[in-house]
Amino acid sequence: MSVYLDHAATTPMVDAAIVAMTKQLGKLGNPSSLHTPGRSARKDIEQAREVLARVVDCAPSEIIFTASGTEANNTALKGLFWKSRAEGKNVVVISAVEHHAIIDPAAWLGEHEGAEVIEIQVNKNGVIDLKQLGDLIKTRGDEIAFISIMHANNETGVIQPIAQVTALAREGSIPVHCDAVQSFGKVSLSFAGLGLSALTLSAHKIGGPLGIGVLVFQRGVEIPALLHGGGQEREIRSGTLNAPAIVAFAAAAQQAIPSSQIASLRDLLIAGIKQAIPDAYINGEGEKLPGIVNATFPGTESDTLLLLLDAQGIAASTGSACSAGVQRPSHVLLAMGHSDKSARSSLRFSLGTQTTREEIEETLNVLPQVIERARAANLR
Amino acid sequence: MRVIAAMSGGVDSAVAAARAVEAGHEVIGVHLALSSNPQKYRSGARGCCTVEDSHDARRAADVVGIPFYIWDMAEEFHEGVVENFLSEYAAGRTPNPCLRCNEKIKFAAVLDRARAMGFDGVVTGHYARTREGANGKTLHRAIDNSKDQSYVLSVLTVEQIAGAIFPLGDTEKVDIRKEAATRGLSVANKPDSHDICFVPSGDNAGWLHERLGSEVGPIVDQDGKEIGQHKGAYTYTIGQRKGLGLSVPTLDGSPRFVLKIEPKTNTVVVGSREELAITTMYGENPVWCGPAVTQTPQEGFVQIRAHGQPLPCTYYLFDNRLVATLQDPLLGLATGQAMAIYDGDRVVGSATVCETKA
Ligand SMILES: Cc1ncc(COP(=O)(O)O)c(C=O)c1O
Repeated sequence: MSVYLDHAATTPMVDAAIVAMTKQLGKLGNPSSLHTPGRSARKDIEQAREVLARVVDCAPSEIIFTASGTEANNTALKGLFWKSRAEGKNVVVISAVEHHAIIDPAAWLGEHEGAEVIEIQVNKNGVIDLKQLGDLIKTRGDEIAFISIMHANNETGVIQPIAQVTALAREGSIPVHCDAVQSFGKVSLSFAGLGLSALTLSAHKIGGPLGIGVLVFQRGVEIPALLHGGGQEREIRSGTLNAPAIVAFAAAAQQAIPSSQIASLRDLLIAGIKQAIPDAYINGEGEKLPGIVNATFPGTESDTLLLLLDAQGIAASTGSACSAGVQRPSHVLLAMGHSDKSARSSLRFSLGTQTTREEIEETLNVLPQVIERARAANLR
Repeated sequence: MRVIAAMSGGVDSAVAAARAVEAGHEVIGVHLALSSNPQKYRSGARGCCTVEDSHDARRAADVVGIPFYIWDMAEEFHEGVVENFLSEYAAGRTPNPCLRCNEKIKFAAVLDRARAMGFDGVVTGHYARTREGANGKTLHRAIDNSKDQSYVLSVLTVEQIAGAIFPLGDTEKVDIRKEAATRGLSVANKPDSHDICFVPSGDNAGWLHERLGSEVGPIVDQDGKEIGQHKGAYTYTIGQRKGLGLSVPTLDGSPRFVLKIEPKTNTVVVGSREELAITTMYGENPVWCGPAVTQTPQEGFVQIRAHGQPLPCTYYLFDNRLVATLQDPLLGLATGQAMAIYDGDRVVGSATVCETKA
């Protein structure tokens, strides 16, 4: 039996998205062209834009298509920084648990563009320190170029109090960007309701295709672009639009409804882990995505666990970035107070809409033996 | 059997993995990440373990059709091989890091981990052979003498040899390259790595200077008379002639050679070619690749370098030290090197040279 518990990495495409995409692949027309085929492609894209705008509660003109979530994050962070720097603001505020697609562009701004990057710390449950953020805004609010805090964490599923972040930021009129790649389609999310300036989405985490993202960016505010060219997407993101991927993204987004079935399978998995491996523990208590379980198995190494699980047909992950294929201890778990060692003994299981009860049972079935082997193989 | 194939990203380990699959084993490819700060690209024949090498290993595993993982052994490698290399040099000895890597990493850390995970052994692209005998598996030279790597495997115990599979030992290197090309492995023409993998520049002396300092010390002759200076005794090897920078010539104009390195006083002792000659070597910490050597002298061969000549000798164990008495005197033997004993093409065992006698 093959078990896929890595939906936070990427999801299988849903049928509606496959149908929409393959149909669009057979259509001719550059959406920027003025003739009939061009207008037809444009129409398909604009419909998709409206669907996405409805799902995420923003104006259609606020949707900017990009080639990935990573690109959307880079466009937002660099654009917001360059715009604010011109107004004399150079402090960049992110959290300590962001995805590398935020941490790395922020660090780049620090190294090359004169930004001062300040990280908001998290507590042991992975939730940001609102007091630190509030104090920072009080003391240095007029220096802050932007704040970027993720909605849900990709390793632990922990959800951040974004409404409180925007409330604090509003006092200083500070733009807030939110990386919602993991939460979009899984919990409710409203661009307008949260009072955000910018929001990042990605299709492949919700049953859409790889290589298509969205930056939702507040109307009436313009930022310098990363890519210059044909002036598409409010001149913030030039490049001929990828119509097949865009219509498929919209098709997947329409279907992505927060599901309680995933949460109950997750609870089954957590209960099973705690029962089978008494000293295992779950990382991050509190408000979380329904589909992510991050567990620490003391005395093991995650790469050993991954190999042994893979050999049993179970695809899981550490969720953290690797450099040159080597797992590094997760910066997210370290920020939550883990030691290097316990961070390296942790695994992420992420469930999706296709996950079945049998898959969870199979996982719980092989887990004790896998943990036992991994402990024996841990020679450090 | 279920086996781990250690894949460096080179042609040998790729073909070894392919052959192991064909032999009917269930094979999983593993690339060992040995540097915590790998270089992106490999330059020429230097080093290994770059990001590019791990990519080559992954592509080879794809072509062979086996799962592939990267194991982080950087800590173990640093402690067991790099630090050992430094401390041996600092102690005036000349270590062989490839041998230590086989002893501490490939057939210890990796094999132990593999066994604990339920695998039966480790496949590597070493040029060596094993044979099943009445008393278990024994280690032998490869068919291709110029590529034979049994010397750097002479530190393996019987237990380790039992878990080692060397599919290339019966083939010439040129044929391995041809076979790799036939199998569609893109590494078929990748140059072999030669130098020490963790010294990517290839400049050993410079690398050691950076880490061990460059304290000036005397170069003296056999009578203790200072005839020159050096910048770190550890960068010299016994028998070395070049690079001494001596301005005082010998009476008869004959060249001088390094005879001794004294790390405590940071002194390098030089003398004539004749004074280098030794006939007996003693090795500590012996390891047996088969039945243990006893006090009873045996006729055989000793090899003291990776691709050195086998030298006829009589060997025996005395006071827990491996002793080899040479038929013909040898010029210059550094302590710290391994003395590997052969009985024909079978590797008997090895020890680390700790003392020599004329
Ligand atoms: C939180 C988060 N941000 C950004 C990304 C990057 O998105 P993409 O894969 O579309 O570049 C990911 C996906 O791995 C993610 O989990």
